[in-house]
Amino acid sequence: MAIGARLRRLGGVALLLAGCLSAPGLQAGTPQPVIEQARGGQCVAPPAVMRREHMVMLMHQRELTVREGMRGARVDLEACVDCHASRASGSVDARPQDFCASCHRYVGVKLTCFECHSDKPRQAALVPTLAGKGTP
Amino acid sequence: MSAAQTPESAARRRFVGGAAAALAGVAIAPGLILLEARRAAAAAEIASSAVRWGLLIDTTLCGTDCTACVDACQKENGLAAPTRPTDAQWIRKVELTDPYSGRSKSLPMMCQHCAEPPCVDVCPTAASFKRADGIVLVDRHRCIGCRYCMMACPYKARSFVHQNLSGQKPDVPRGKGCVEGCTLCVQRIDRNEQPACVEACRASGRGAMTFGDLNDPKSEIARRIRARTSVQVRADLRLDPGVRYQGL
Amino acid sequence: MAKLALREIDGRSPRYWVLFGALGALAAAGLLSAYYMESRGHIVTGMNDQIVWGLPHVFAVFLIVAASGALNVASIASVFEKRWYKPLAPLSAWLAMALLVGGLAILVLDLGRPDRLVVAMTTYNFKSIFAWNMLLYTGFLALAAVYLWTMLDRSVSRYATLAGRAAFVWRLVLTTGTGSIFGFLVAREAYASAMLAPMFIALSFVYGLAAYLIAFIALYAGTGRALGEEVLARLARLLGWFIVSALYFVTVFHLTNLYMAREVGVERFLLARGGMLTALFWGGQVLVGSLVPLALVWHPRLGRSRSALMVAAVLVVAGGLAQMYVTIIGGQAWPIDLFPGYQLRSSFYDGVIHHYAPSLPEALLGMGGMAFSALVVLLGVKFLRLAPESAGNETFAAQAGAEA
Repeated sequence: MAIGARLRRLGGVALLLAGCLSAPGLQAGTPQPVIEQARGGQCVAPPAVMRREHMVMLMHQRELTVREGMRGARVDLEACVDCHASRASGSVDARPQDFCASCHRYVGVKLTCFECHSDKPRQAALVPTLAGKGTP
Repeated sequence: MSAAQTPESAARRRFVGGAAAALAGVAIAPGLILLEARRAAAAAEIASSAVRWGLLIDTTLCGTDCTACVDACQKENGLAAPTRPTDAQWIRKVELTDPYSGRSKSLPMMCQHCAEPPCVDVCPTAASFKRADGIVLVDRHRCIGCRYCMMACPYKARSFVHQNLSGQKPDVPRGKGCVEGCTLCVQRIDRNEQPACVEACRASGRGAMTFGDLNDPKSEIARRIRARTSVQVRADLRLDPGVRYQGL
Repeated sequence: MAKLALREIDGRSPRYWVLFGALGALAAAGLLSAYYMESRGHIVTGMNDQIVWGLPHVFAVFLIVAASGALNVASIASVFEKRWYKPLAPLSAWLAMALLVGGLAILVLDLGRPDRLVVAMTTYNFKSIFAWNMLLYTGFLALAAVYLWTMLDRSVSRYATLAGRAAFVWRLVLTTGTGSIFGFLVAREAYASAMLAPMFIALSFVYGLAAYLIAFIALYAGTGRALGEEVLARLARLLGWFIVSALYFVTVFHLTNLYMAREVGVERFLLARGGMLTALFWGGQVLVGSLVPLALVWHPRLGRSRSALMVAAVLVVAGGLAQMYVTIIGGQAWPIDLFPGYQLRSSFYDGVIHHYAPSLPEALLGMGGMAFSALVVLLGVKFLRLAPESAGNETFAAQAGAEA
């Protein structure tokens, strides 16, 4: 077969493959994040700023809190969880539609904070079922 | 070559001037933001080196079968009662027996919050660090889980988290793959409360444990240290622990 | 100047592919084990709060110590100016890099949080010997690579001596740093000694040469290339002296400890009452790892036989692993003397010997790292001109004779 014909056949196969692989995405689409209304009033900064900058703010503040013992700062992960914990699950990460989990799933950024940090508010009253038995 | 300004050169000058201004702004702006953050930080309270937190334990008041301090620590920090060699223990009761006389006594052993901590020296990322007020902590954002500090601690004070955790206390984040130990209940101290073990010991009626500022000569802990002899465990290592024991 | 004919191996024989496949499978098993350990946590291993460093560290420290020693063979040519050994140099440099990479891989994969490797490589506490070691290890890789380049590329061969000297000094500092990981620890009676750094340097000479012999003999026996008696005899003699020097340091270390009443407890444990640890010390480290290989290399007839030398080298490696096990595990098994003179009891295993039962994942991780090093060597000899076509006596004589 001539080289031109071979290339055209290769191109056709590639196009077919690309079509097949993208079909699921074209049909389903990624679920939009669910933003449940948070408790409390105004957040630390406007939502547009928070969306972009919350990690930078947290990473900067955590150095001050952990290493220098600064408490009660404007940026406070526990306060974030207190306000943003879902009324249904009592958490920001327990279900895929909880506040933090839902956006992070949408943008595909791994959420590792709650491997160590509690995903539930400080006041047990805000959480429907909080039975702290302790963990090894 | 002539000195007359052409439209092109004027436009170029404006561009260069604008770019230089923008560059200067970009260069200075982060500094201004951080400066503002620093000022805000100074306004909030941070740990001060004028203070040195310490513990004083009167072993003559410590009951052999009493584990009030251990139980309180577990409850406060969200630790399960240990059953396996991989379970974390931030404080434990140690029973000492003199082989010659057969006499024994009991005391709690936890991170000694040394002034010269070997764990801080050996940590490759400075995750193990000493806060300005003397509390030795693990910055678990930086800990890579190499466990070198566990090898280095002469008091076997540190534990490693060997599995995934859930249900952590909001004030006490802890997770798999990092090293941890007694924090002197830093979350309580920063709220002007006492460590859980000290409070529980007092509540049990024994009152063997005292917490306070070693640097303040008027504090209760300093007065008690002056009143009766106290020692540091393995004082020969010259680590200057912040925990002292009486009745040893 | 006589041209040294270095040549890649064919690398297409069934034997090569079988070896490649086996080593690849073992390395893959190690990688899978690491993933399992990382996702489930160290609960799946035998390590705990008492024995915090286990089998992976035994393998890793062995590989790292061997890596710095493996470069010695090349150093004999460039640093000590024994041109006779020049044909052996390229394989030596490559082997050093391969062993180090294997050891580092094990260490990194065993971390509690290997995802924070970037943190480890960018945040340093320079009071920690661990932090220094990270720079020393990566620097060694770079230096060894440059050194290898000067050996293989004629246009830069005039820098070989400089590169060789730099690499030699660097590797001494590196091994000192590795020994000091333990030597600096005041907490453990089995460590806390300035002896450990020079002891590790002596050990690196032994382990490194043994690893080199294994690679060298396997390469020539496997490809059917000529392997002369002279080179084997010289390397065997060297191995003998290195074993003696290592035995010297080990002896002085333990004798000094035995002299001090404070240290008698841990010494009695390791040398007499430690069960498997004692068996590994006397049977593994001393007998199999030192005395039997010594007898083999000093034997008038066997000392010139390639199979006897291969056996001796393999025994040295086995003995070295035993030695690392006794050092690393044994040092942790002995409880910390919190209150000297008292017997202790607690829920946190104070006052009792700490037990360690290695699990399959950590054994696979350790062995996988070793397999990875071997794989790197296997690939290196196929794609790089690391070894002379003939290791017969005339190759070496030509190098030694051709002095400018």
